[in-house]
Amino acid sequence: MDPDLVLLLNGIVSGLLLGGLYAAAASGLAVAFGMLDIVNIAHPALMVTGAFTVVALGTWLGLDPLLVAVLQAPLYYLLGVGIYSAYHHFFEKRGEEALQGLAFFFGVMFIIEVGLVMVFGPEQRFLDPSYAYTTWRLGEIDLPLRMLVPGLFAMGCIGLLFLYLHRSFTGLAIAAVAQDAEALRLMAVNPVKIKRLAFGISIALASMAGGALVVVQPVEPSSGQVFIGRVFAICIMGGMASLPGCIMAALLFGVVENVTATFFGPSWSPAVAFGWLLLVLAFRPQGLFGKAA
Amino acid sequence: MQSISRRDFGRLALATAVAGAGASAGVFPALAQVANPIRIGMSMSLSGGLAGNGRAALAAQQIWAADVNAKGGLLGRPVQLVFYDDQTNGGQVPGIYTKLLDVDKVDLVTSPYATAMIAPAMPVVMQHQMCFVTILGAGVNTTFKYDRHFNMNVVGDNMKDTFAKGFLDIADTLATKPRSIAILAVDNDFAQRAAESARFLARQRNIRVVYDRSYPPSTVDFTPTMRAVQAARPDLIYIASYPPDSNGILRAASELRISAQMFGGGMVGPQLAAFQAQLGPILNNLVNWDIFSIEPTMNYPGVAEFLTKYREVAAREQTDVLGNYIPPYAYAQMQVVEQSVARVGRIDQAALAADMHRSEFNTIVGPVKFAESGEWAQDRNLYCQFQGITDGNLERYKAPGAKVILYPPSLKSGTLRTPYGTPA
Repeated sequence: MDPDLVLLLNGIVSGLLLGGLYAAAASGLAVAFGMLDIVNIAHPALMVTGAFTVVALGTWLGLDPLLVAVLQAPLYYLLGVGIYSAYHHFFEKRGEEALQGLAFFFGVMFIIEVGLVMVFGPEQRFLDPSYAYTTWRLGEIDLPLRMLVPGLFAMGCIGLLFLYLHRSFTGLAIAAVAQDAEALRLMAVNPVKIKRLAFGISIALASMAGGALVVVQPVEPSSGQVFIGRVFAICIMGGMASLPGCIMAALLFGVVENVTATFFGPSWSPAVAFGWLLLVLAFRPQGLFGKAA
Repeated sequence: MQSISRRDFGRLALATAVAGAGASAGVFPALAQVANPIRIGMSMSLSGGLAGNGRAALAAQQIWAADVNAKGGLLGRPVQLVFYDDQTNGGQVPGIYTKLLDVDKVDLVTSPYATAMIAPAMPVVMQHQMCFVTILGAGVNTTFKYDRHFNMNVVGDNMKDTFAKGFLDIADTLATKPRSIAILAVDNDFAQRAAESARFLARQRNIRVVYDRSYPPSTVDFTPTMRAVQAARPDLIYIASYPPDSNGILRAASELRISAQMFGGGMVGPQLAAFQAQLGPILNNLVNWDIFSIEPTMNYPGVAEFLTKYREVAAREQTDVLGNYIPPYAYAQMQVVEQSVARVGRIDQAALAADMHRSEFNTIVGPVKFAESGEWAQDRNLYCQFQGITDGNLERYKAPGAKVILYPPSLKSGTLRTPYGTPA
């Protein structure tokens, strides 16, 4: 096969796998930021917290990181409920969620990072499952399980969330609260309760993304910083409240980054990927799967 | 001198952060009621991206302070470290040094780790005409040309001519003379200087540069980059990377089964215990820049005792458990201050600077003499090779043989093994 074609195919495949990780990181934010309009800038830091607890629990129990991520998700759901309650009480209820709410989540992010250093130390932490050093080879295409398994795990989680949001009453209520909270109240549903539940789900997703992150790379307390720009860009490109849009945008982001890195050098990757974001927004301001106002 | 526990430190830092105290989320480690101590102030990265090395350096400096105080102090006075967390944010550093010098009125200042944190301190330190012993800066004084700046770094003052020399000198000993090299470097000052050195010296030796790229520090997946390196089919692969990236690069190289006659360069990360534990045999035959190795040729007086003490502290403080990278140099940094103050006999910044220019220092990392620029008069870049690594067991790194020194010849403790990786 032509060497350039091999490079291109591998660039696309590795980009799709990378996109799987991005989708995991962005899906929780699609719920918080896209549906609830909460600019949770601490989302990547919460993902990294999830990764640290996965390492700690997985090392202690001797379990696979992805399994630990699922097992710990209810605790993170409760953490999300707590964070939203504080946010609602101090900011949203007073109508001060825009700027002060953003400052609140900035504060949460810094406290999380410092807290992780204090509890776990500043060193890199890792928990490699047995498959982390295995690579499947399909002809000229390489599929490292370090990237493939977390990507599939992310798709599974997002798929279940999609079903929940579209098949259950509570899920539909979450979609409704994103559109018109007052209308929901008229139907005798407490929008604050629904938002609390949805925010809990978004943080549970962050912790599961942390499990995926641990399989891909070691983590350190500041690991979340490289994801902040990307996850918000993916949410916006995907159409804010759309999970299929989030997946598509994440995969596109991954492919553009990796193909650019392959042929033009990695320095160009972020510029080209964010250039795509601008291009998409120029032609579809509502994002790939968003609905026009 | 009293010290605080990690838990106390955490409470203080968190309380400061929660209170929104702003600029310097730092702590006084010890406001012990001691008589007229010599107070040494510093900013240090105790959180953020450089915290791994910052906390390891601080642990070493605290051991030094304890050692000096156990011997009766310096000039008959106890020493006390006053430090603040710069959060790996260069923007915090000038404020910290201003506070140290104008409010805390410390007697001496030393630097945080490393270039990105040292450079912002320089204007404040220069304004106060303080003698400034720094650690692992890279060419900081090239711009400032401050005659009271002294840098504990093996790189010396001519990085372009010397940094990659060891790598290429080793490559010259290969059975088949290398004809091509790939260079990949992260977009930061140190790595770009390292890459510049590799590029310059390779061309001098008629080695063709077949891949020469930089990458941003925010890169997550190195698979496509390493595949492009592989496609260029270089004989030598020279990487200049920082800790989070070095791991991704080596894992991608392993997954892609990249092989080269020599692979390595100026990667920061493989020197640390966390990397060695995780990557295990992936490190085998990596030829990488380093500053210290537990080989008989570097068994300087006092270093073994220091490492024993450090490892007891490191386990408790959750910092680099082996201490084979920064800590001996952080201890030696303070030994320079100690020996100079002892020789001068008083705290006099001009006299201290004059002494540091003039004298040779006996430290646990060997004899040190500074050039006019404040850098080491003689560079001592090590190139080491990981050999015989079968797993992530860190015990092997406590004895010679796991990371042998190939360069410089005066410290050589092993012979080159090739190739790196599985031949395709």
